[in-house]
Amino acid sequence: MSERICKSFKILVGMEIHVQLATKSKMFTGAANGFGGEPNTQVDPVVLGLPGTLPVMNKKAVEYSIKVGLALGCQIARQCKWDRKSYYYPDLPKNYQISQYDLPLCSTGMYDLILKDGRVKSIRIRRAHLEEDAGKLMHEAPGGYAIDWSIVDLNRAGTPLLEIVTEPDFESGEEVAAFGQELQKIVQYLGVSEAQMQMGHMRFEPNINVHITDQNGIVHKTAITEIKNLNSFSVLQRATDYEAQRQIRQWQDTGSLGKKSTYGWDEVHGRTFHQRDKEEANEYRYFPDPDLVPVHVDDLWLSNLKLEIGELPTARRKRYVEVLGLKEKDAAILATDRETGDFFEAVLAGGAPAPRASTLMEALRELANDTGQSVSKLGVSPQRIAEIAKLVTDNKIAASKEIAKKIVSALVEKDAPAEETAKQLGLLQSSDTGEVDAAIDALLATNPPAMADYQGGKQAALGSLVGMVMKSVRGLNPKLVQEGLKKRLG
Amino acid sequence: MPDSQISIEDTRHVATLARLSLDESKLQKFTGQLQNILKYVDKIRQLDTAGVEPMAHALPLQNVLREDVVEPSLTVEEVLQNAPETDGPFFKVPKIIGGDEDSAG
Repeated sequence: MSERICKSFKILVGMEIHVQLATKSKMFTGAANGFGGEPNTQVDPVVLGLPGTLPVMNKKAVEYSIKVGLALGCQIARQCKWDRKSYYYPDLPKNYQISQYDLPLCSTGMYDLILKDGRVKSIRIRRAHLEEDAGKLMHEAPGGYAIDWSIVDLNRAGTPLLEIVTEPDFESGEEVAAFGQELQKIVQYLGVSEAQMQMGHMRFEPNINVHITDQNGIVHKTAITEIKNLNSFSVLQRATDYEAQRQIRQWQDTGSLGKKSTYGWDEVHGRTFHQRDKEEANEYRYFPDPDLVPVHVDDLWLSNLKLEIGELPTARRKRYVEVLGLKEKDAAILATDRETGDFFEAVLAGGAPAPRASTLMEALRELANDTGQSVSKLGVSPQRIAEIAKLVTDNKIAASKEIAKKIVSALVEKDAPAEETAKQLGLLQSSDTGEVDAAIDALLATNPPAMADYQGGKQAALGSLVGMVMKSVRGLNPKLVQEGLKKRLG
Repeated sequence: MPDSQISIEDTRHVATLARLSLDESKLQKFTGQLQNILKYVDKIRQLDTAGVEPMAHALPLQNVLREDVVEPSLTVEEVLQNAPETDGPFFKVPKIIGGDEDSAG
Protein backbone atom coordinates (compact mmCIF):
# COMPACT_ATOMS: atom_id res chain seq x y z
CA MET A 1 0.00 0.00 0.00
CA SER A 2 1.43 3.32 -0.99
CA GLU A 3 1.92 5.96 1.64
CA ARG A 4 -0.66 8.71 1.93
CA ILE A 5 0.82 12.13 2.37
CA CYS A 6 -1.30 15.18 3.02
CA LYS A 7 0.56 17.87 1.07
CA SER A 8 -2.05 20.49 1.72
CA PHE A 9 -5.63 20.65 2.85
CA LYS A 10 -8.58 22.98 2.92
CA ILE A 11 -11.15 22.83 5.69
CA LEU A 12 -14.75 23.57 4.71
CA VAL A 13 -17.23 24.35 7.45
CA GLY A 14 -20.86 25.33 7.19
CA MET A 15 -22.91 26.10 10.24
CA GLU A 16 -26.38 25.60 11.55
CA ILE A 17 -27.17 27.95 14.37
CA HIS A 18 -30.26 27.91 16.54
CA VAL A 19 -31.14 31.19 18.18
CA GLN A 20 -33.78 31.28 20.89
CA LEU A 21 -35.92 34.37 20.29
CA ALA A 22 -36.73 36.55 23.29
CA THR A 23 -40.46 36.91 22.74
CA LYS A 24 -42.66 37.07 25.81
CA SER A 25 -44.93 34.27 24.67
CA LYS A 26 -44.42 31.10 22.64
CA MET A 27 -44.33 30.74 18.87
CA PHE A 28 -47.91 29.63 18.36
CA THR A 29 -49.65 30.26 21.67
CA GLY A 30 -49.79 32.61 24.65
CA ALA A 31 -47.95 30.44 27.20
CA ALA A 32 -44.92 32.27 28.61
CA ASN A 33 -41.57 31.94 26.87
CA GLY A 34 -39.15 32.11 29.73
CA PHE A 35 -36.31 30.18 31.23
CA GLY A 36 -36.12 29.04 34.79
CA GLY A 37 -39.81 28.46 35.46
CA GLU A 38 -40.81 25.52 37.62
CA PRO A 39 -41.15 22.37 35.46
CA ASN A 40 -44.26 22.23 33.26
CA THR A 41 -45.63 25.59 34.41
CA GLN A 42 -45.38 27.28 30.98
CA VAL A 43 -47.59 24.82 29.20
CA ASP A 44 -51.05 25.23 27.72
CA PRO A 45 -53.29 23.01 25.55
CA VAL A 46 -51.60 24.17 22.31
CA VAL A 47 -48.16 23.28 23.68
CA LEU A 48 -49.49 19.87 24.66
CA GLY A 49 -50.94 19.42 21.18
CA LEU A 50 -54.32 18.50 22.64
CA PRO A 51 -57.07 17.68 20.11
CA GLY A 52 -59.07 20.71 19.02
CA THR A 53 -56.35 23.26 19.67
CA LEU A 54 -55.12 25.58 16.95
CA PRO A 55 -51.75 27.32 16.71
CA VAL A 56 -51.69 31.07 16.00
CA MET A 57 -48.45 32.74 14.94
CA ASN A 58 -46.67 35.18 17.21
CA LYS A 59 -46.20 38.35 15.15
CA LYS A 60 -43.12 39.38 17.16
CA ALA A 61 -41.35 36.10 16.40
CA VAL A 62 -41.91 36.64 12.68
CA GLU A 63 -40.65 40.22 12.93
CA TYR A 64 -37.59 39.25 14.99
CA SER A 65 -36.68 36.66 12.36
CA ILE A 66 -37.07 39.13 9.52
CA LYS A 67 -34.80 41.58 11.38
CA VAL A 68 -32.06 38.99 11.71
CA GLY A 69 -32.52 38.11 8.04
CA LEU A 70 -32.12 41.76 7.05
CA ALA A 71 -29.02 42.10 9.24
CA LEU A 72 -27.52 39.09 7.45
CA GLY A 73 -28.28 40.56 4.05
CA CYS A 74 -30.92 37.93 3.28
CA GLN A 75 -33.80 38.02 0.84
CA ILE A 76 -37.00 38.15 2.86
CA ALA A 77 -39.66 35.87 1.42
CA ARG A 78 -42.78 37.80 0.56
CA GLN A 79 -44.73 34.60 0.93
CA CYS A 80 -43.84 31.79 3.28
CA LYS A 81 -45.61 28.89 4.86
CA TRP A 82 -45.36 26.40 7.70
CA ASP A 83 -44.58 22.73 7.43
CA ARG A 84 -44.85 19.81 9.77
CA LYS A 85 -41.68 17.84 10.39
CA SER A 86 -42.90 14.51 11.68
CA TYR A 87 -40.95 12.37 14.11
CA TYR A 88 -41.49 10.66 17.40
CA TYR A 89 -39.57 11.65 20.48
CA PRO A 90 -40.74 12.06 24.08
CA ASP A 91 -39.89 15.77 24.15
CA LEU A 92 -42.18 16.48 21.18
CA PRO A 93 -45.81 16.38 22.33
CA LYS A 94 -47.49 16.70 18.91
CA ASN A 95 -45.22 14.14 17.22
CA TYR A 96 -44.34 16.85 14.75
CA GLN A 97 -42.43 20.08 14.90
CA ILE A 98 -43.79 23.13 13.11
CA SER A 99 -40.99 24.40 10.91
CA GLN A 100 -40.37 25.83 7.46
CA TYR A 101 -39.23 23.44 4.77
CA ASP A 102 -39.09 24.80 1.24
CA LEU A 103 -40.18 28.40 1.79
CA PRO A 104 -38.03 29.79 4.63
CA LEU A 105 -38.64 33.34 5.80
CA CYS A 106 -35.08 34.41 4.92
CA SER A 107 -32.76 33.10 2.22
CA THR A 108 -29.57 33.78 0.24
CA GLY A 109 -27.82 36.32 2.43
CA MET A 110 -24.27 37.51 2.70
CA TYR A 111 -22.40 38.74 5.73
CA ASP A 112 -18.99 40.40 5.74
CA LEU A 113 -17.13 38.99 8.71
CA ILE A 114 -14.12 40.97 9.88
CA LEU A 115 -11.39 38.55 10.96
CA LYS A 116 -8.79 39.13 13.68
CA ASP A 117 -6.12 40.08 11.16
CA GLY A 118 -8.44 42.68 9.64
CA ARG A 119 -9.30 40.63 6.55
CA VAL A 120 -12.92 40.70 5.49
CA LYS A 121 -14.50 37.38 4.66
CA SER A 122 -17.88 37.17 2.98
CA ILE A 123 -20.01 34.43 4.46
CA ARG A 124 -22.95 33.27 2.39
CA ILE A 125 -26.13 32.60 4.33
CA ARG A 126 -28.20 29.81 2.82
CA ARG A 127 -31.37 30.39 4.78
CA ALA A 128 -32.89 31.33 8.11
CA HIS A 129 -36.20 29.84 9.08
CA LEU A 130 -38.48 29.96 12.05
CA GLU A 131 -39.54 26.89 13.99
CA GLU A 132 -40.68 25.81 17.41
CA ASP A 133 -38.36 24.22 19.96
CA ALA A 134 -38.95 20.86 21.63
CA GLY A 135 -39.30 20.28 25.36
CA LYS A 136 -36.51 19.16 27.63
CA LEU A 137 -35.82 15.49 28.12
CA MET A 138 -33.76 14.56 31.17
CA HIS A 139 -32.15 11.31 32.14
CA GLU A 140 -31.50 12.06 35.77
CA ALA A 141 -33.67 13.59 38.46
CA PRO A 142 -33.15 17.22 39.52
CA GLY A 143 -30.10 17.29 41.75
CA GLY A 144 -28.39 14.65 39.64
CA TYR A 145 -29.99 11.55 41.14
CA ALA A 146 -30.02 8.45 38.98
CA ILE A 147 -33.41 7.30 37.73
CA ASP A 148 -34.49 4.25 35.76
CA TRP A 149 -36.63 6.30 33.42
CA SER A 150 -36.50 9.66 31.68
CA ILE A 151 -38.48 12.77 32.58
CA VAL A 152 -39.89 15.55 30.42
CA ASP A 153 -40.35 19.27 31.07
CA LEU A 154 -42.36 20.99 28.34
CA ASN A 155 -41.63 24.61 29.34
CA ARG A 156 -39.35 25.02 26.35
CA ALA A 157 -41.70 23.21 23.95
CA GLY A 158 -43.14 25.57 21.38
CA THR A 159 -40.75 28.46 22.07
CA PRO A 160 -39.60 30.27 18.92
CA LEU A 161 -36.28 29.25 17.42
CA LEU A 162 -34.57 30.81 14.45
CA GLU A 163 -32.39 28.34 12.57
CA ILE A 164 -29.70 30.01 10.50
CA VAL A 165 -27.82 27.93 7.95
CA THR A 166 -24.62 29.14 6.29
CA GLU A 167 -22.87 27.87 3.19
CA PRO A 168 -19.57 26.01 3.84
CA ASP A 169 -17.53 29.21 3.72
CA PHE A 170 -15.53 28.89 6.94
CA GLU A 171 -12.01 27.48 6.83
CA SER A 172 -11.08 27.19 10.49
CA GLY A 173 -12.42 26.92 14.00
CA GLU A 174 -11.34 30.49 14.55
CA GLU A 175 -13.49 31.78 11.70
CA VAL A 176 -16.45 29.77 12.89
CA ALA A 177 -16.13 31.10 16.44
CA ALA A 178 -15.67 34.67 15.15
CA PHE A 179 -18.93 34.38 13.21
CA GLY A 180 -20.67 32.95 16.25
CA GLN A 181 -19.57 35.91 18.34
CA GLU A 182 -20.55 38.35 15.62
CA LEU A 183 -23.98 36.77 15.35
CA GLN A 184 -24.37 37.01 19.13
CA LYS A 185 -23.67 40.75 18.92
CA ILE A 186 -26.12 41.17 16.05
CA VAL A 187 -29.05 39.47 17.74
CA GLN A 188 -28.35 41.32 20.98
CA TYR A 189 -28.10 44.60 19.07
CA LEU A 190 -31.40 43.89 17.36
CA GLY A 191 -32.89 43.00 20.73
CA VAL A 192 -34.31 39.73 19.37
CA SER A 193 -32.46 37.34 21.67
CA GLU A 194 -30.62 37.59 24.96
CA ALA A 195 -28.13 35.23 23.31
CA GLN A 196 -26.69 34.09 26.65
CA MET A 197 -24.51 31.13 25.77
CA GLN A 198 -24.67 29.51 29.20
CA MET A 199 -28.48 29.63 29.00
CA GLY A 200 -28.45 27.76 25.70
CA HIS A 201 -29.95 30.71 23.82
CA MET A 202 -27.57 29.95 20.96
CA ARG A 203 -26.63 26.44 19.85
CA PHE A 204 -24.13 25.71 17.11
CA GLU A 205 -23.78 22.76 14.78
CA PRO A 206 -20.75 22.96 12.49
CA ASN A 207 -20.74 20.72 9.40
CA ILE A 208 -17.16 19.87 8.59
CA ASN A 209 -15.21 18.24 5.81
CA VAL A 210 -11.73 18.54 4.38
CA HIS A 211 -10.30 18.62 0.85
CA ILE A 212 -6.93 16.90 1.14
CA THR A 213 -4.37 17.18 -1.65
CA ASP A 214 -1.94 14.25 -1.66
CA GLN A 215 1.66 14.00 -2.89
CA ASN A 216 0.45 13.37 -6.46
CA GLY A 217 -1.79 16.39 -6.50
CA ILE A 218 -4.96 14.32 -6.23
CA VAL A 219 -7.72 15.82 -4.11
CA HIS A 220 -9.52 13.61 -1.57
CA LYS A 221 -12.76 14.92 -0.09
CA THR A 222 -13.74 13.57 3.31
CA ALA A 223 -17.39 12.91 4.16
CA ILE A 224 -19.23 15.69 5.98
CA THR A 225 -19.68 15.24 9.70
CA GLU A 226 -21.89 17.35 11.90
CA ILE A 227 -21.06 18.15 15.51
CA LYS A 228 -24.24 18.54 17.50
CA ASN A 229 -25.26 21.09 20.07
CA LEU A 230 -22.21 23.19 20.89
CA ASN A 231 -22.96 26.11 23.14
CA SER A 232 -19.75 27.98 23.79
CA PHE A 233 -17.48 29.82 21.38
CA SER A 234 -14.39 28.14 22.79
CA VAL A 235 -15.87 24.67 22.35
CA LEU A 236 -17.10 25.59 18.87
CA GLN A 237 -13.58 26.58 17.84
CA ARG A 238 -11.81 23.60 19.42
CA ALA A 239 -14.36 21.03 18.27
CA THR A 240 -14.22 22.28 14.67
CA ASP A 241 -10.42 22.21 14.56
CA TYR A 242 -10.27 18.83 16.25
CA GLU A 243 -12.80 17.27 13.90
CA ALA A 244 -11.01 18.58 10.78
CA GLN A 245 -7.71 17.18 12.02
CA ARG A 246 -9.39 13.89 12.94
CA GLN A 247 -10.66 13.51 9.37
CA ILE A 248 -7.19 14.20 7.99
CA ARG A 249 -5.60 11.71 10.42
CA GLN A 250 -8.22 9.11 9.57
CA TRP A 251 -7.42 9.45 5.87
CA GLN A 252 -3.68 9.30 6.49
CA ASP A 253 -3.95 6.27 8.77
CA THR A 254 -6.56 4.24 6.91
CA GLY A 255 -7.30 5.87 3.58
CA SER A 256 -10.93 6.18 4.63
CA LEU A 257 -12.83 9.33 3.82
CA GLY A 258 -15.37 8.44 6.49
CA LYS A 259 -19.15 8.42 6.30
CA LYS A 260 -21.69 11.16 6.55
CA SER A 261 -22.31 11.10 10.29
CA THR A 262 -23.07 12.92 13.48
CA TYR A 263 -20.50 13.58 16.18
CA GLY A 264 -20.65 14.87 19.72
CA TRP A 265 -18.08 16.82 21.69
CA ASP A 266 -16.38 15.32 24.74
CA GLU A 267 -15.18 18.27 26.78
CA VAL A 268 -13.36 16.12 29.35
CA HIS A 269 -11.04 14.57 26.77
CA GLY A 270 -11.17 17.48 24.33
CA ARG A 271 -12.25 15.37 21.38
CA THR A 272 -15.19 14.59 19.12
CA PHE A 273 -16.89 11.20 19.31
CA HIS A 274 -19.04 9.33 16.82
CA GLN A 275 -22.77 9.34 17.53
CA ARG A 276 -24.45 7.85 14.48
CA ASP A 277 -24.22 7.52 10.72
CA LYS A 278 -26.57 9.57 8.57
CA GLU A 279 -26.74 7.11 5.68
CA GLU A 280 -30.49 7.07 5.28
CA ALA A 281 -32.15 10.18 3.92
CA ASN A 282 -34.21 12.04 6.48
CA GLU A 283 -37.74 10.74 6.57
CA TYR A 284 -39.49 13.59 8.27
CA ARG A 285 -42.41 13.51 5.82
CA TYR A 286 -42.64 17.27 5.65
CA PHE A 287 -45.97 18.63 4.51
CA PRO A 288 -47.73 22.01 4.82
CA ASP A 289 -49.38 22.48 8.20
CA PRO A 290 -53.11 22.76 7.49
CA ASP A 291 -53.63 24.57 10.81
CA LEU A 292 -51.60 27.58 9.78
CA VAL A 293 -52.11 30.03 6.94
CA PRO A 294 -49.23 31.54 4.93
CA VAL A 295 -47.39 34.68 5.94
CA HIS A 296 -47.31 37.50 3.43
CA VAL A 297 -44.70 40.18 4.05
CA ASP A 298 -45.61 43.34 2.17
CA ASP A 299 -43.48 46.42 1.40
CA LEU A 300 -44.93 48.49 4.22
CA TRP A 301 -44.27 45.85 6.87
CA LEU A 302 -40.76 45.31 5.59
CA SER A 303 -39.87 48.99 5.43
CA ASN A 304 -41.24 49.56 8.93
CA LEU A 305 -39.00 46.77 10.21
CA LYS A 306 -36.02 48.31 8.42
CA LEU A 307 -36.79 51.61 10.14
CA GLU A 308 -36.96 49.88 13.52
CA ILE A 309 -33.58 48.27 12.96
CA GLY A 310 -31.94 51.56 12.07
CA GLU A 311 -28.23 51.43 11.50
CA LEU A 312 -26.67 48.02 12.00
CA PRO A 313 -23.42 47.49 13.95
CA THR A 314 -21.34 46.83 10.83
CA ALA A 315 -22.61 49.94 9.08
CA ARG A 316 -22.11 52.00 12.23
CA ARG A 317 -18.58 50.70 12.73
CA LYS A 318 -17.75 51.45 9.11
CA ARG A 319 -19.12 54.97 9.37
CA TYR A 320 -17.19 55.64 12.58
CA VAL A 321 -13.96 54.70 10.82
CA GLU A 322 -14.58 56.23 7.41
CA VAL A 323 -16.55 59.34 8.27
CA LEU A 324 -15.52 60.11 11.85
CA GLY A 325 -11.94 58.93 11.47
CA LEU A 326 -11.92 56.72 14.57
CA LYS A 327 -9.55 53.81 14.97
CA GLU A 328 -11.03 50.45 13.89
CA LYS A 329 -10.71 49.10 17.44
CA ASP A 330 -12.50 52.05 19.05
CA ALA A 331 -15.18 52.06 16.37
CA ALA A 332 -15.84 48.37 16.93
CA ILE A 333 -16.28 48.85 20.68
CA LEU A 334 -18.60 51.84 20.27
CA ALA A 335 -20.74 50.10 17.65
CA THR A 336 -21.05 46.77 19.47
CA ASP A 337 -24.22 47.46 21.35
CA ARG A 338 -26.98 49.83 20.55
CA GLU A 339 -26.99 51.65 23.93
CA THR A 340 -23.30 52.52 23.81
CA GLY A 341 -23.53 53.60 20.19
CA ASP A 342 -26.59 55.74 20.81
CA PHE A 343 -24.91 57.35 23.85
CA PHE A 344 -21.85 58.12 21.76
CA GLU A 345 -24.04 59.66 19.07
CA ALA A 346 -25.70 61.85 21.68
CA VAL A 347 -22.29 63.07 22.89
CA LEU A 348 -21.45 63.95 19.28
CA ALA A 349 -24.79 65.71 18.93
CA GLY A 350 -23.80 67.77 21.99
CA GLY A 351 -20.97 69.21 19.93
CA ALA A 352 -18.03 67.03 20.95
CA PRO A 353 -15.43 66.26 18.26
CA ALA A 354 -15.44 62.53 17.45
CA PRO A 355 -11.94 61.51 18.61
CA ARG A 356 -12.41 63.33 21.93
CA ALA A 357 -15.87 61.85 22.39
CA SER A 358 -14.34 58.44 21.74
CA THR A 359 -11.70 58.98 24.43
CA LEU A 360 -14.35 60.14 26.85
CA MET A 361 -16.40 57.04 26.06
CA GLU A 362 -13.35 55.00 26.99
CA ALA A 363 -13.20 56.81 30.32
CA LEU A 364 -16.89 56.12 30.85
CA ARG A 365 -16.43 52.47 29.95
CA GLU A 366 -13.65 52.06 32.48
CA LEU A 367 -15.80 53.62 35.19
CA ALA A 368 -18.79 51.52 34.15
CA ASN A 369 -16.69 48.34 34.24
CA ASP A 370 -15.53 49.19 37.77
CA THR A 371 -19.12 49.13 38.94
CA GLY A 372 -20.32 46.42 36.56
CA GLN A 373 -22.76 48.75 34.81
CA SER A 374 -23.27 49.80 31.24
CA VAL A 375 -22.17 53.26 30.14
CA SER A 376 -25.70 54.49 29.68
CA LYS A 377 -26.66 53.37 33.18
CA LEU A 378 -23.90 55.32 34.94
CA GLY A 379 -26.31 58.20 35.41
CA VAL A 380 -24.38 60.88 33.56
CA SER A 381 -26.09 62.40 30.57
CA PRO A 382 -24.42 62.57 27.14
CA GLN A 383 -24.87 66.34 27.38
CA ARG A 384 -22.54 66.50 30.39
CA ILE A 385 -19.97 64.42 28.54
CA ALA A 386 -20.17 66.86 25.63
CA GLU A 387 -19.58 69.65 28.15
CA ILE A 388 -16.42 67.93 29.35
CA ALA A 389 -15.29 67.68 25.72
CA LYS A 390 -15.85 71.41 25.34
CA LEU A 391 -13.78 72.13 28.48
CA VAL A 392 -10.90 70.30 26.81
CA THR A 393 -11.41 72.12 23.52
CA ASP A 394 -11.43 75.44 25.35
CA ASN A 395 -8.23 74.50 27.19
CA LYS A 396 -10.04 74.76 30.49
CA ILE A 397 -9.04 71.26 31.56
CA ALA A 398 -6.18 69.09 30.44
CA ALA A 399 -6.88 66.51 27.73
CA SER A 400 -6.48 63.59 30.11
CA LYS A 401 -8.62 60.52 30.52
CA GLU A 402 -7.91 60.46 34.25
CA ILE A 403 -9.13 64.01 34.71
CA ALA A 404 -12.25 63.22 32.70
CA LYS A 405 -12.87 60.21 34.95
CA LYS A 406 -12.60 62.38 38.07
CA ILE A 407 -15.21 64.77 36.71
CA VAL A 408 -17.53 61.96 35.59
CA SER A 409 -17.24 60.24 38.99
CA ALA A 410 -18.26 63.49 40.67
CA LEU A 411 -21.14 63.92 38.23
CA VAL A 412 -22.34 60.39 39.03
CA GLU A 413 -22.58 61.50 42.67
CA LYS A 414 -24.21 64.82 41.89
CA ASP A 415 -25.32 66.17 38.55
CA ALA A 416 -24.16 69.72 37.83
CA PRO A 417 -22.69 71.61 34.88
CA ALA A 418 -19.35 69.96 34.08
CA GLU A 419 -17.42 73.22 34.38
CA GLU A 420 -18.76 73.84 37.87
CA THR A 421 -17.80 70.34 38.94
CA ALA A 422 -14.34 70.65 37.39
CA LYS A 423 -13.88 73.91 39.29
CA GLN A 424 -14.91 72.35 42.61
CA LEU A 425 -12.44 69.55 42.00
CA GLY A 426 -9.72 72.12 41.30
CA LEU A 427 -9.23 70.73 37.82
CA LEU A 428 -9.79 73.93 35.88
CA GLN A 429 -6.62 75.25 34.31
CA SER A 430 -5.69 78.84 34.65
CA SER A 431 -5.53 80.63 31.35
CA ASP A 432 -4.60 83.85 33.10
CA THR A 433 -1.36 84.85 31.34
CA GLY A 434 -0.33 87.01 34.28
CA GLU A 435 -0.45 84.00 36.58
CA VAL A 436 1.47 81.91 34.06
CA ASP A 437 4.16 84.56 33.65
CA ALA A 438 4.55 84.89 37.41
CA ALA A 439 5.06 81.15 37.74
CA ILE A 440 7.65 81.20 34.97
CA ASP A 441 9.49 84.09 36.60
CA ALA A 442 9.55 82.32 39.93
CA LEU A 443 10.92 79.13 38.43
CA LEU A 444 13.54 80.68 36.24
CA ALA A 445 14.81 82.67 39.19
CA THR A 446 15.56 79.47 41.08
CA ASN A 447 16.66 77.25 38.22
CA PRO A 448 19.23 78.89 35.96
CA PRO A 449 20.88 75.63 34.74
CA ALA A 450 17.78 74.44 32.87
CA MET A 451 17.45 77.87 31.30
CA ALA A 452 21.06 77.74 30.18
CA ASP A 453 20.58 74.26 28.73
CA TYR A 454 17.71 75.43 26.61
CA GLN A 455 19.42 78.55 25.46
CA GLY A 456 22.48 76.41 24.71
CA GLY A 457 20.40 74.58 22.13
CA LYS A 458 18.87 71.72 24.09
CA GLN A 459 15.29 71.68 22.86
CA ALA A 460 14.48 68.86 25.23
CA ALA A 461 15.09 71.13 28.18
CA LEU A 462 11.89 73.01 27.31
CA GLY A 463 9.76 70.01 28.17
CA SER A 464 11.29 69.64 31.60
CA LEU A 465 10.94 73.36 32.20
CA VAL A 466 7.24 73.18 31.34
CA GLY A 467 6.92 70.27 33.74
CA MET A 468 8.63 72.19 36.52
CA VAL A 469 6.43 75.25 36.06
CA MET A 470 3.30 73.09 36.02
CA LYS A 471 4.42 71.41 39.21
CA SER A 472 5.19 74.65 40.97
CA VAL A 473 1.70 76.08 40.52
CA ARG A 474 -1.27 73.75 40.20
CA GLY A 475 -3.79 74.13 37.44
CA LEU A 476 -1.88 76.05 34.82
CA ASN A 477 -2.66 75.54 31.18
CA PRO A 478 0.36 73.65 29.79
CA LYS A 479 -0.03 75.20 26.37
CA LEU A 480 0.17 78.71 27.76
CA VAL A 481 3.14 77.73 29.94
CA GLN A 482 4.99 76.43 26.90
CA GLU A 483 4.22 79.52 24.86
CA GLY A 484 5.22 81.78 27.74
CA LEU A 485 8.52 79.97 28.24
CA LYS A 486 9.38 80.11 24.57
CA LYS A 487 8.74 83.83 24.53
CA ARG A 488 10.84 84.41 27.63
CA LEU A 489 13.77 82.30 26.57
CA GLY A 490 13.78 83.59 23.01
CA MET B 1 -43.38 10.60 -12.90
CA PRO B 2 -46.74 9.19 -13.92
CA ASP B 3 -47.93 5.71 -12.98
CA SER B 4 -46.35 5.81 -9.52
CA GLN B 5 -46.20 2.31 -8.15
CA ILE B 6 -46.44 1.53 -4.49
CA SER B 7 -45.45 -1.81 -3.02
CA ILE B 8 -46.45 -3.57 0.16
CA GLU B 9 -42.95 -2.79 1.40
CA ASP B 10 -43.54 0.92 0.85
CA THR B 11 -46.72 0.73 2.87
CA ARG B 12 -44.97 -1.21 5.62
CA HIS B 13 -42.24 1.45 5.70
CA VAL B 14 -44.67 4.35 5.88
CA ALA B 15 -46.58 2.54 8.61
CA THR B 16 -43.37 2.09 10.58
CA LEU B 17 -42.58 5.79 10.27
CA ALA B 18 -46.07 6.53 11.59
CA ARG B 19 -45.63 3.97 14.39
CA LEU B 20 -48.56 1.91 13.08
CA SER B 21 -48.65 -1.83 13.40
CA LEU B 22 -50.57 -3.32 10.47
CA ASP B 23 -51.34 -6.97 9.76
CA GLU B 24 -50.97 -8.42 6.24
CA SER B 25 -54.61 -7.89 5.24
CA LYS B 26 -54.48 -4.23 6.29
CA LEU B 27 -51.18 -3.78 4.45
CA GLN B 28 -52.84 -5.13 1.27
CA LYS B 29 -55.84 -2.89 1.72
CA PHE B 30 -53.84 0.29 2.39
CA THR B 31 -51.41 -0.41 -0.44
CA GLY B 32 -54.40 -0.41 -2.80
CA GLN B 33 -55.78 2.79 -1.29
CA LEU B 34 -52.42 4.55 -1.41
CA GLN B 35 -52.05 3.43 -5.00
CA ASN B 36 -55.39 5.05 -5.83
CA ILE B 37 -54.39 8.29 -4.16
CA LEU B 38 -51.15 8.39 -6.15
CA LYS B 39 -53.06 7.69 -9.35
CA TYR B 40 -55.26 10.65 -8.60
CA VAL B 41 -52.20 12.83 -7.99
CA ASP B 42 -50.74 11.62 -11.29
CA LYS B 43 -53.87 12.86 -13.01
CA ILE B 44 -53.49 16.30 -11.43
CA ARG B 45 -49.87 16.31 -12.57
CA GLN B 46 -50.99 16.19 -16.16
CA LEU B 47 -52.26 19.75 -15.82
CA ASP B 48 -50.03 22.52 -17.07
CA THR B 49 -49.36 24.55 -13.91
CA ALA B 50 -46.66 26.79 -15.34
CA GLY B 51 -47.35 30.32 -14.17
CA VAL B 52 -49.80 29.23 -11.49
CA GLU B 53 -48.95 30.49 -7.98
CA PRO B 54 -48.28 27.62 -5.60
CA MET B 55 -51.06 27.26 -3.06
CA ALA B 56 -50.06 26.34 0.46
CA HIS B 57 -53.51 26.53 1.90
CA ALA B 58 -57.10 26.04 0.81
CA LEU B 59 -58.38 29.07 2.73
CA PRO B 60 -58.19 32.56 1.22
CA LEU B 61 -56.47 33.77 4.36
CA GLN B 62 -53.01 34.98 5.24
CA ASN B 63 -51.19 36.66 8.11
CA VAL B 64 -53.30 35.35 10.94
CA LEU B 65 -51.04 36.65 13.66
CA ARG B 66 -51.34 37.30 17.36
CA GLU B 67 -49.66 39.99 19.43
CA ASP B 68 -46.88 38.80 21.72
CA VAL B 69 -48.94 38.66 24.89
CA VAL B 70 -48.59 36.10 27.66
CA GLU B 71 -51.71 34.22 28.60
CA PRO B 72 -52.17 31.95 31.59
CA SER B 73 -50.78 28.45 31.45
CA LEU B 74 -52.45 25.35 32.82
CA THR B 75 -51.63 24.22 36.33
CA VAL B 76 -49.06 21.43 36.59
CA GLU B 77 -51.87 19.10 37.71
CA GLU B 78 -53.85 19.92 34.56
CA VAL B 79 -50.78 19.55 32.35
CA LEU B 80 -50.07 16.10 33.72
CA GLN B 81 -53.62 14.82 34.10
CA ASN B 82 -53.60 12.81 30.86
CA ALA B 83 -50.05 11.54 31.24
CA PRO B 84 -49.79 7.75 31.51
CA GLU B 85 -47.08 8.18 34.12
CA THR B 86 -45.64 11.10 36.05
CA ASP B 87 -42.71 11.77 38.34
CA GLY B 88 -43.31 14.81 40.52
CA PRO B 89 -43.91 17.77 38.18
CA PHE B 90 -42.54 15.81 35.19
CA PHE B 91 -43.90 13.49 32.53
CA LYS B 92 -42.33 10.09 33.08
CA VAL B 93 -41.26 8.24 29.94
CA PRO B 94 -39.32 5.05 29.21
CA LYS B 95 -35.58 5.54 29.47
CA ILE B 96 -34.11 6.94 26.27
CA ILE B 97 -30.75 5.31 25.80
CA GLY B 98 -27.97 6.73 23.68
CA GLY B 99 -30.12 9.52 22.31
CA ASP B 100 -29.30 13.16 22.17
CA GLU B 101 -30.17 15.28 25.11
CA ASP B 102 -33.05 16.81 23.16
CA SER B 103 -34.50 16.23 19.72
CA ALA B 104 -35.00 19.68 18.24
CA GLY B 105 -32.87 20.78 15.36
